[in-house]
Amino acid sequence: MSFPWANQYQPENEFMKWMDSRLPLPRLIYNAIGAGYPVPRNLNYFWNFGVLAGVALVIQILTGVILAMHYAANVGVAFDSVEHIMRNVNSGWLLRYAHMNGASFFFIVVYIHIFRGLFYSSYKAPREMVWLLGLVIFLLMMATAFMGYVLPWGQMSFWGAKVITGLFSAIPLVGPALQEWLLGGFSPDNATLNRFFSLHFVLPFVIFGVIILHIWALHIPGSSNPTGIEIKGQQDTIPFHPYYTAKDGFGLGIFLIFFCILTFFMPNFLGHPDNYIPANELSTPAHIVPEWYFWPFYAILRAFTFDFLFIPAKLLGVIAMFGSILLLFFLPWLDKSPVRSGHYRPIFRKFFWFGLIPCILLLGYLGGAPAEEPYVMLSQLASAYYFAHFLIILPIISMTEKPKPLPNSITEAVTGKPLESAA
Amino acid sequence: MAEPEMTETNEGGEVRRRDFINIAAVSFAGVGAGVVALPLVSQMSPSADVLALASVEVDVSSIEVGQAIKTTWRKQPIFIRNLTSEEIAESKAVNASDLRDPATFEERTLPGKENWLVMLGVCTHLGCIPLGAAQGEIKGEYDGYFCPCHGSHYDAAGRIRKGPAPTNLEVPEFSFISDTVVKIG
Ligand code: HEM
Ligand code: FES
Repeated sequence: MSFPWANQYQPENEFMKWMDSRLPLPRLIYNAIGAGYPVPRNLNYFWNFGVLAGVALVIQILTGVILAMHYAANVGVAFDSVEHIMRNVNSGWLLRYAHMNGASFFFIVVYIHIFRGLFYSSYKAPREMVWLLGLVIFLLMMATAFMGYVLPWGQMSFWGAKVITGLFSAIPLVGPALQEWLLGGFSPDNATLNRFFSLHFVLPFVIFGVIILHIWALHIPGSSNPTGIEIKGQQDTIPFHPYYTAKDGFGLGIFLIFFCILTFFMPNFLGHPDNYIPANELSTPAHIVPEWYFWPFYAILRAFTFDFLFIPAKLLGVIAMFGSILLLFFLPWLDKSPVRSGHYRPIFRKFFWFGLIPCILLLGYLGGAPAEEPYVMLSQLASAYYFAHFLIILPIISMTEKPKPLPNSITEAVTGKPLESAA
Repeated sequence: MAEPEMTETNEGGEVRRRDFINIAAVSFAGVGAGVVALPLVSQMSPSADVLALASVEVDVSSIEVGQAIKTTWRKQPIFIRNLTSEEIAESKAVNASDLRDPATFEERTLPGKENWLVMLGVCTHLGCIPLGAAQGEIKGEYDGYFCPCHGSHYDAAGRIRKGPAPTNLEVPEFSFISDTVVKIG
């Protein structure tokens, strides 16, 4: 929000003045991520992850565009072209490993970013639109990553493409025709690989566009903060630059250290060895699993092994899997508590730490496990809790719990001294 | 000087000639945009060369009783199995109406050639290849086929018995063009 005390942009020299009256881009940046954007003074490190997600996207686009210069999207040569990148292209191995692990790190930071939103209820008014746009980005990311994983045309690529497009065949009446339309054939083939490459190339730029909307929507109310209370005066805020540029820079350093450890010392740790076997349409790998970041959703998909009423198991699994994400679009209206931060919501906090978080971690573990007992039964229990948490538990506790007293101001919460004047 | 129905502020609220022109123009543009979208959507469907690979002929004379081969049709795996008499008897004994996807053994084979089971080796759940066709593979709880992806069990006639798959393994259109050659598609 443009608080009245926000620093005003002053063009420094004649050139900047000239520029400012023709294309005020420096002014836009100053007001968006510079000294002209007042931010709560008490943000903790969880508020780093939005910027880190942006950096991850930039890493993906840079490495991706370069990989695309050497990659060939044809089933006859795709696998070999990736090996060519690994063995022959100068620094090709680095770019590919950075892109592979970059995708994982993108999801790690986005998951932490979403976790922050869930705990501090950042999705509540007046930031619903920020949350909804974030979920759109998340869906686009999942589509992009899925199609990227198909490109090397290994065993997991091929069977992943088959199983995921198979999800659409569960839709009554139009399903099988829809799957053929998506694949451009009866089974994943050249047509599939080519269209996935085209879409995998363009979607990250669509994501970039939605991120701009996400930040635009954020800047209308401004960032929330760990206490969840409103900004009451100038003392509650500090300018984004230099304070948070410095804090984000520090966080970025830590992020890059972990990113380099994985990329340089254990580049295949998060991958699946079967994807180094060229695609074979006559042999399914014994355990087909998606990339780790899809595991919780995959566990929900596989939990439905029984028909319910007249809905077949296959369709139920697909509805539940998509439903587990679509549900989050309704979260701003399911959580009715007037208080945002989990710190001041004693019962919410217990269900969050001892219910939701273990449930999601367990689903993640189960999604990577084989489709056998006891994993199937545990997936059923965990899926049931997941839905119950958002649809039953959260609405009820948000209406019944008595929140703890909130501090009078951010400044008081941080310094113990009251905000001097309500400036 | 303008006539009342041609002005921007028409207080009577009745339909003006200009409204009609606006709606007609926008509708026409809408239809045009829809027509342009058609090729953009239909280019995604299987192309002519993909559809052209529509049928294959397979010589089955070398398949012994109790054995099976895997071949492909439209880039999808096909299982051709020479059933044993026990498998036939076992499959016939099942009461079809108790099944998730009711089908009798006779409906899944050709009369007079009922020892030949020809099926798409594509799990009807999400499309993995079930195990059980080749010797030594797990056959699942119903002594037929087992899909390792999400645990679907099929019986010896390829009918779904347990797990998430909704329907039986698909039997494609096929016929014997001679005593030993099967034409699929
Ligand atoms: C949202 C951002 C992106 C994500 C999450 C993502 C994810 C992925 C993943 C998971 C793979 C498979 C890695 C492997 O196993 O080898 C991949 C491969 C690939 N991606 Fe991306 N990607 C993104 C952006 C881009 C962009 C912008 C381009 C090009 C303009 C691109 C080009 C490629 C190419 C050519 C491959 C195949 C080479 C390979 O397999 O290493 N990607 N991507
Ligand atoms: S694909 Fe066979 S059980 Fe899911």
